[in-house]
Amino acid sequence: MLNRTADSVARATPEPLARKVRGISDKGLAWLFISPTILLLLAINIFPLFWAIYLSFTNYRANRPNEVVKNVGLANYKRILGDQDIWIAMQTTAHFVFWTILLQTLIGFTLAWLIDRKFRGHAFWTTIILVPMMLSPAVVGNFWRFLYEPQIGLFAYAISFVSGIPPTDIQMLSNVSLAPWSIIIVDTWMWTPYVMLICLAGLRSIPEYIYEAAEVDRASNWRQFWSITLPMALPFIMLAVLFRGIENFKMFDMVNLLTGGGPGSTTEVASITLKRQAFESWRTGYSSAFAIILFVAVFGLANIYVKALNKVKQR
Amino acid sequence: MKSTLKLTLGLASAMLASTAASNVAHAEDLTLCWAAWDPANALVELSKDFTKESGIGMKFEFVPWTNYADRFLNELNSKGKLCDLIIGDSQWIGGAAENGHYVKLNDFFDKEKISMDDFVPATVVGYSQWPKNTPNYWALPAMGDVVGWTYRKDWFSKPELQKEFKEKYGWDLAAPTTFDQLKQIAEFFQKREIDGKTVYGASIYTERGSEGITMGAMDVLYSFGFKYDNPDKPYEMEGFVNSDKSVKGLEFYKALYDCCTPPGASNSYMGEGVDAFKSGQVAMHMNFAFTWPGLQKDENVGGDKIGYFVNPKGPDGDQFAQLGGQGISVVSYSDKQEAALKYIKWFANKDVQAKWWSLGGFSCLNAVVKDPGFPSSQPYAQTFLDSMAIVKDFWAEPSYASLLQASQKRFHDYVVAGQGSAKDALDGLVKDWTSVFQDDGKM
Repeated sequence: MLNRTADSVARATPEPLARKVRGISDKGLAWLFISPTILLLLAINIFPLFWAIYLSFTNYRANRPNEVVKNVGLANYKRILGDQDIWIAMQTTAHFVFWTILLQTLIGFTLAWLIDRKFRGHAFWTTIILVPMMLSPAVVGNFWRFLYEPQIGLFAYAISFVSGIPPTDIQMLSNVSLAPWSIIIVDTWMWTPYVMLICLAGLRSIPEYIYEAAEVDRASNWRQFWSITLPMALPFIMLAVLFRGIENFKMFDMVNLLTGGGPGSTTEVASITLKRQAFESWRTGYSSAFAIILFVAVFGLANIYVKALNKVKQR
Repeated sequence: MKSTLKLTLGLASAMLASTAASNVAHAEDLTLCWAAWDPANALVELSKDFTKESGIGMKFEFVPWTNYADRFLNELNSKGKLCDLIIGDSQWIGGAAENGHYVKLNDFFDKEKISMDDFVPATVVGYSQWPKNTPNYWALPAMGDVVGWTYRKDWFSKPELQKEFKEKYGWDLAAPTTFDQLKQIAEFFQKREIDGKTVYGASIYTERGSEGITMGAMDVLYSFGFKYDNPDKPYEMEGFVNSDKSVKGLEFYKALYDCCTPPGASNSYMGEGVDAFKSGQVAMHMNFAFTWPGLQKDENVGGDKIGYFVNPKGPDGDQFAQLGGQGISVVSYSDKQEAALKYIKWFANKDVQAKWWSLGGFSCLNAVVKDPGFPSSQPYAQTFLDSMAIVKDFWAEPSYASLLQASQKRFHDYVVAGQGSAKDALDGLVKDWTSVFQDDGKM
């Protein structure tokens, strides 16, 4: 019945059209299907990238549409690379990336290792651990701001309870030394579950027979961990580090919500500086150059890292 | 059949007519853009009269202060048609005028006999003129505002506190008239137990993200002798911005922040200040006058419990206050400029301005504020008048945003983060501002 219908439709198709359809190869058909996506990608990703590269060589300011746009060559790049504030922002960013990744990897892997033991109720605890990751960063930023409040915040009271320091003296967001850590704590709290999930996938991918063979060879648990678990889970750990590294290099929402870059410029990461230059000072050409520098830095570092990751996988 | 056809045709015509009519009404609707705050609600109420009189509907686009500049400057820069009328911040006037965002109102004012002499002079310079002090008008002064102070009159009048204060400082506890006095009072109240609760000296502006700490620090610096540039040589800032007097002023602001603000008040602006005062945390509170009607009505801290005072004098007796407030402008990209101008004409009317004040807006019309009954019309009216007489404003240059960003960073780095000295901060500010003006080709 279906065949008959298809036949009748095919017969009813006008010859010129049928000839055209018959002429499309599989490759052509594939291109036909993916072309809308490619066009969209070109329009919203590739074109803005090239446009930003062009703007980075100009003195363009988006808030002065009537001004003549001048080509300034490499002046924006030179200025950025010689700007001490930019370097301080880059250092602050590096500080965040280092500590958040270190803590998230250590805690995330430990949690994954524990969850992988499959103790009673492990599914329930997995769900509970994943909750922070499911929340919106805006919600997380706001409620941690309240938790950190020195007068009414639970965090200050909890620390006070343990340390004996008056809660009003625990000013996480106002104190120059504590403010960076306040953001590291929140980011670690929120994204450790993500690292845990990837590590858990790695641990679950290790075949059971390898451990059984190790048992036969009477390898200790410690030896099994160092010789089997860690090396085999390493590509997954490295993948988690890559994802979190790229994300945290661009960290904006949490910093903006918790400290706005303050106190002073203590927590002003590169993305905050970029936003201020682009949308507060309206130095569009300058900020485009900064964005390109950041892009190249992340892209370059990620490439080197991916090569290292591939080497680890090939071992 | 014929009658059914007639009925159908009639109904169809009626529907078409009503749709057309509603389309006409929508076409005439004006959209007014402003910040989301108490005066905006008063303006919604006030504008109902305009709709009644003119038949022109009013729509409003209000954005919270934290996003106000970002949102509307983006709108103007992209030549958007969202706003027909905009109540833009005083510092936007230079950029908005030079970039063609606002309609120049000189011809309209001449035609409609609206004289800028009828408005408080400081508001005309601050909200309407560009270049400053020239008869080029881009806005009608709409909402007068200035930084002033509120204090807890009920705490100040406690006999035991008055006695203790007099013994300690040798003068009567009352609203301060100098910054030295203000600091003494703030120190006196800091961490004091009142009615079983720990209270603090003062809430001041320390916000980093938008303009908070600049508004607060400048409010103090002006009275200490800070000047933006050489009065005889525009844009020459060395020795003016970073003069010894300015350094002392900034040191004072930091000392006030360190000694006498509530814990964690490192990112505090208008909203946080109001919260601190309303919740009974602070004895004194720096804020724009627009917050006063709301505080006056507050059950816990308003009524007889609240008092107001003008920004105090500096060490040499100079007394200035930071100007706030805005003018109302017609957006040059609007298709409804004629209707928008009708609104401005209506808004400039004396009776409308009087009602504006009664609803909680701060009129800038001389006929309202110089009315003999004005000072007693509200408990804060006299303080508002006195404050408006001593205002100074931040740069209103087209590059004001870059200038503001530099001061936000320099002030916050020093006052809140404690990095470097006041001299370093102000020297750095001269460097930053010079660079901005050089980029603009003004130096």
